[in-house]
Amino acid sequence: MHQLHHLQELESEAIFVIREVAAQFERPALLFSGGKDSIVLVHLSQKAFWPARIPFPLVHIDTGHNFVETLQFRDSLVEKFHARLIVGSVQESIDNGRAVEEQGINASRNVLQTVTLLDTIEKYKFDAAIGGGRRDEEKARAKERFFSHRDEFGQWDPKNQRPELWNIFNGKKRMGEHFRVFPISNWTEMDIWQYIHQENIDLPSIYYTHEREVFYRDGVWLACAPFMKMKETEKTEVRKVRCRTVGDISCTGLSLSTANSLEDIIREIAATRVTERGGRYDDKRSDAAMEDRKKEGYF
Amino acid sequence: MQDEEMTPQKQPGSEFSSKVYLDMELLRFTTAGSVDDGKSTLIGRLLYDSKSIFEDQLDAVKKASLKKGSEHINLALLTDGLRAEREQGITIDVAYRYFATPQRKFIIADTPGHIQYTRNMVTGASTANAAIILIDARNGVTEQTHRHSYIASLLEIPHIIVCINKMDLQDYRQDVFEKIKTDFKLFSDKVFPGKDVRFIPISALHGDNVVDPSDNMTWSREGTLLHALETIPISNDYNLTDGRFPVQYIIRPEMDEFHDYRGYAGRISGGIFHKGDKVVVLPSGISSVITSIDTFNQQAEESFPPMSVTLTLADDIDISRGDMIVPEDNLPTQSSEIEVMICWMNQRPLQVNGKYAVKHTTRDVRCVVTDVKYILNINTLEKQVEEKTVKLNDIACVMLRTTKPLFFDPYSRNRITGSLILIDESTNETMAAGMIL
Repeated sequence: MHQLHHLQELESEAIFVIREVAAQFERPALLFSGGKDSIVLVHLSQKAFWPARIPFPLVHIDTGHNFVETLQFRDSLVEKFHARLIVGSVQESIDNGRAVEEQGINASRNVLQTVTLLDTIEKYKFDAAIGGGRRDEEKARAKERFFSHRDEFGQWDPKNQRPELWNIFNGKKRMGEHFRVFPISNWTEMDIWQYIHQENIDLPSIYYTHEREVFYRDGVWLACAPFMKMKETEKTEVRKVRCRTVGDISCTGLSLSTANSLEDIIREIAATRVTERGGRYDDKRSDAAMEDRKKEGYF
Repeated sequence: MQDEEMTPQKQPGSEFSSKVYLDMELLRFTTAGSVDDGKSTLIGRLLYDSKSIFEDQLDAVKKASLKKGSEHINLALLTDGLRAEREQGITIDVAYRYFATPQRKFIIADTPGHIQYTRNMVTGASTANAAIILIDARNGVTEQTHRHSYIASLLEIPHIIVCINKMDLQDYRQDVFEKIKTDFKLFSDKVFPGKDVRFIPISALHGDNVVDPSDNMTWSREGTLLHALETIPISNDYNLTDGRFPVQYIIRPEMDEFHDYRGYAGRISGGIFHKGDKVVVLPSGISSVITSIDTFNQQAEESFPPMSVTLTLADDIDISRGDMIVPEDNLPTQSSEIEVMICWMNQRPLQVNGKYAVKHTTRDVRCVVTDVKYILNINTLEKQVEEKTVKLNDIACVMLRTTKPLFFDPYSRNRITGSLILIDESTNETMAAGMIL
């Protein structure tokens, strides 16, 4: 029968979008965070251009507060795919006075990434930035286009988006404007895990269970690190944890888990009753936290 | 884990064993209904009863329901996205939702009821295999219903499910359902001749016939909405007859190992291509033979829509993006004079004799709109021949003259090679969706 299964159809759609970026833009880049979604994007990009190499660089916006495992993984991936890596440093933005470090107990460099990201896009004159955003992640993202237009300030105007019809993508823009492109818009968290399993894709070890020094705050387990400020009442403990999403240490909630294989993780996610971003400290700031950050130019 | 087991009874989580999961098909559907038809409640109900709502989402909705002073959980709040939408209790833009059962994965294009209705519904409908048309049982078939049905037919959505909602407010009476069904058919036999149309009586608020069968309507033989969504046959939704391969990107690895490799990357837009097929490249008209159909690191014997593949040909021909590879014995229409039904999507009206950029498959050309043949009154389906000003949300029949010929099929035969968009060359905004006649 001539019928694709749903993951095959999603893969085909994503490859079509990635090729469309390479065809319509002069200086595209792939935003690489070291998280599973961007790792899947690299895998899809490799498929899209095989046997040629991926025709755009990977851009990592480095908060300086990363899990060591993520950075090691990033470097080995870059080597494996013969990819070009560009690092935008949040520390540098702070040192230059472009960004101001947050103060207080919940200080995070997550929001500051927007400054560094927009500066990096401007510096390298990127006209399209491919990202791993998915519509099932968050309510503001449910309204996102595949080709998402950004004005010269990098801003998203959710009320005035271009209609996106069939699979015809309008990437036309003026000088200084750019696009964010989301090839895996239609994938769910479960799709990503099943695909990683099916394709046997390597992930950083922090996605699997490991022992780590952690502390508990407002319903979320956070990792201990020299730059993490703890309240006096908060205690360090060693627990078996894993990451469900990977971001900056300051906002990545860890789940208590003994899952050490993809099968385990899939089983765990199937049984989980909390969304993936439920563990993201950055989304807890307000009901419209993601919408506000996105409007300013966040990922 | 019981990987082998396919439980007919729905249990949370059973759809996620890898064996079941990897076999699932994908169904994209859109929902049409006006503000008070209970569309958001229906979607909320589908997500809730199919256990696709997470605890933190439900908590947020519970809190929001309380805040608004409502007694029970307002499922409609599950579908609100933007701040303004929550504040004003309206939906502004198309939102996409996801859920899965052991049979299928679903993508819902949730289109808002009032602001810029036509524009949003056309957008949601353009990628849908199925449309749910909601009718309020108290009001029956209205002008809105006509409008929604017409758009669904214009966009050639293959399957239509008419849900007659709020049956609870009509005491679940069969005669109410039958009357609406008869009224709808009077109209729809003209709009959807030969289309797959089914009717289901439901109450989204109480969950009757949405996911679980209704005890209040044992007279109904239509089954539940979810059952319909799970079983609609979708394998013929793509055109598998006319081979169409728009070239998207040229792959030329600059590596010793693949020194002579020249591949044409793209997505199959129609028909079935085999290794060894004799093909013609448009516009040059040069013939060749498919030597391989490459996907990552492997070769396929055949490929069909909507697969993304890379073709290699026996001959070294000059081919670029926007060209089309087709079978020797089945060519598309090639023309610069094109008759198109358009839906206008911008505040600024269409300029007759105005120039626009056109995107059609992977081809970019420019065009002049040479004539507005008529504007359609989508409530009465009357053709208004005298009217020439095409405004936001209007549906009109126009003539285009393109700078270079397009290779196309009628939209009714192929939704991919029959569709195009018009773009304003100064603002770069997408102005219209076009369906080639």
